[in-house]
Amino acid sequence: MSETRAATRPRTAPAPATLSRGRLAAWLGGTTAVLLTSVVVAVTIGPAGLTPSDVGQVVATRLGLGDWLGLATPDRLDDGIVWQLRLPRVLTAAAVGAGLAVCGVVMQSLTRNPLADPYLLGLSSGASLGAACVLVLGWLAVLPVAAFVGAAAALAATLALASAAGRGAGGLTPARTVLAGLAVSQLAAAATSFVIFWSATGDQYREILAWLLGSVAGADWVSVAVAGGAVLLLGTLLASTGSVLDAFTFGDTSAAALGVPVARVRWLLLLGVALLTGALVSQSGAIGFVGLILPHTVRFLVGSRHRALLPLSMLCGATFLVWADTLARTVFAPRELPVGIVTAAIGAPVFALLLWKGRARA
Amino acid sequence: MTQTFDARTAGLAPTSSGGHGPAGAAGLAAERVRWSVGGRLILDDVDVTAPPGAVTGLLGPNGTGKSTLLRLVAGVERPDGGRVALIGSPDDDGSPGGATASRAAADGEDVLAMPRRRRARTLAFVEQDAATELPVTVLDAVLLGRTPHRSLLAGPTEDDHELARAALDRTGAADLAAREIGTLSGGERQRVHMARALAQQPRVLLLDEPTNHLDVAAQLATMRLVRDLAGDGVTVLAALHDLSLAAATCDHAVVLAPGHAGHVVAAGPVAEVLVPEVIDPVYGVRTTVLRHPRTGRPVLTFDEV
Repeated sequence: MSETRAATRPRTAPAPATLSRGRLAAWLGGTTAVLLTSVVVAVTIGPAGLTPSDVGQVVATRLGLGDWLGLATPDRLDDGIVWQLRLPRVLTAAAVGAGLAVCGVVMQSLTRNPLADPYLLGLSSGASLGAACVLVLGWLAVLPVAAFVGAAAALAATLALASAAGRGAGGLTPARTVLAGLAVSQLAAAATSFVIFWSATGDQYREILAWLLGSVAGADWVSVAVAGGAVLLLGTLLASTGSVLDAFTFGDTSAAALGVPVARVRWLLLLGVALLTGALVSQSGAIGFVGLILPHTVRFLVGSRHRALLPLSMLCGATFLVWADTLARTVFAPRELPVGIVTAAIGAPVFALLLWKGRARA
Repeated sequence: MTQTFDARTAGLAPTSSGGHGPAGAAGLAAERVRWSVGGRLILDDVDVTAPPGAVTGLLGPNGTGKSTLLRLVAGVERPDGGRVALIGSPDDDGSPGGATASRAAADGEDVLAMPRRRRARTLAFVEQDAATELPVTVLDAVLLGRTPHRSLLAGPTEDDHELARAALDRTGAADLAAREIGTLSGGERQRVHMARALAQQPRVLLLDEPTNHLDVAAQLATMRLVRDLAGDGVTVLAALHDLSLAAATCDHAVVLAPGHAGHVVAAGPVAEVLVPEVIDPVYGVRTTVLRHPRTGRPVLTFDEV
């Protein structure tokens, strides 16, 4: 923050306007409407030529409202497509997108690193390792637990490594945490490769690969319950911490001087992120870039105050992944892509753009 | 820019606790504060007093623990021992104007033992070079100062906005409210950080090198603002490394010596502390003290030994 640097920056750069209460409510209402519309429209897309009213008919009937609303009994095929195949898939995509986006916001804020997302601290690699192990062993039932244990172990390893390296030398700094996360992430990835190389046979390769790339193709109502439940519980909790995260704007010192219990907040929020990431990754595999590009896009639109950023990132993340998954299953139909390839195809250029912007600023 | 000085604060008694400041002002008395990191003793039984409603300069060469002491007092780090008592003026008897319910800090109370949110309503800390990469507006940055006054999950209220704007007014930064903080000059940014600290409605303001990286006009403007705030009844404890600036603006000075883990070599009114007998051995220079022809304040010049 030297004089010279300040002087070289444009002095008329407009700051993103802070949202007033009314405008925030309008944004929330608007993005919720877009999400709901997206869910209905996404369910209609694909072979079978469904219309939004077909979808409404199936859902209303399934919810026991059919007689009350006087609807005809839906076609059995429509019911199967909507209720058994597409709706669980779309809802899982929405939940995973919302959860990853909110995790991204929290991690970027806590590490003060604009490139942070749930993948940064090795969480996804840890979850992948846990999941690959149980896939190879054939214990599919404990996959969510294994993914969470992997994510939590990776986070613990990252933080332990970072604080051990920082003992007596400034402690758990963001840069050190990120580097430790990179080391843990590489180790977990190597271990995952080893597990696959050593013991996977036949179809397990394809299964593990699809899972590592991230996909919601196999989503059922259990996926909706796990991912949706985690987002409603942990995501909402994380999204309510806007004022706390705002207090970190000028770093840990300033947050501590504002009366925030910095260490406790950091541990609690990171634990919440690990739990949520574990739950999401167990259902969808490792979908990249959602936690990175959504928060940045939303920040560009509404500013960086977390009370607006957190809920709006959740809603936009949900919409984003619904459409990314729709693209994944339609663009090369009847062949399907893992949705992680679509998010990477969109996310990698955005990531490069962020790096480029960062370079211009530094 | 002309410096003016308040005779009332400038004439305060030296470091004895219980100096007479404006009603509501609370001084600080740090006693036997001790802190070590990685087995290295940084501060060893340090006693520092900041009289109520006065500007006290915390001086000493680099590495003498000035910043560390401020961070300990502000509650950013936990000391290994010692206490930091609030010292009030005798006429501050807890009347509504003096100690409101939101402040509720009693005289003699140990700042280090306070719950952190209450401490943040009593003391505000402006760290050195506080910066952010986020595109934050000035008003939002100042609103952060209201954090300790509301529930951690609540958002800023209308009152918070009013207080933030008043704080910006007080620091002469009202017209910057809508600017992005990254586009400000160093001096403007320092005003914003001071406004953020004022929004905490503190009784004591802790400043770590407030004039660092500022050009000379911004340095003077910043120290002028510090004097004005002290005139409002806020006690100021500021780590400074520019001795002449300290001589020109502080009421009191505390000099920490190197090599003794925060050993206080002298404390008292600047005219008594900023003298060759104190400064020469601490800084390893030869000091000449002149009189400013207009203000009558000490002006220090230095030669190599």
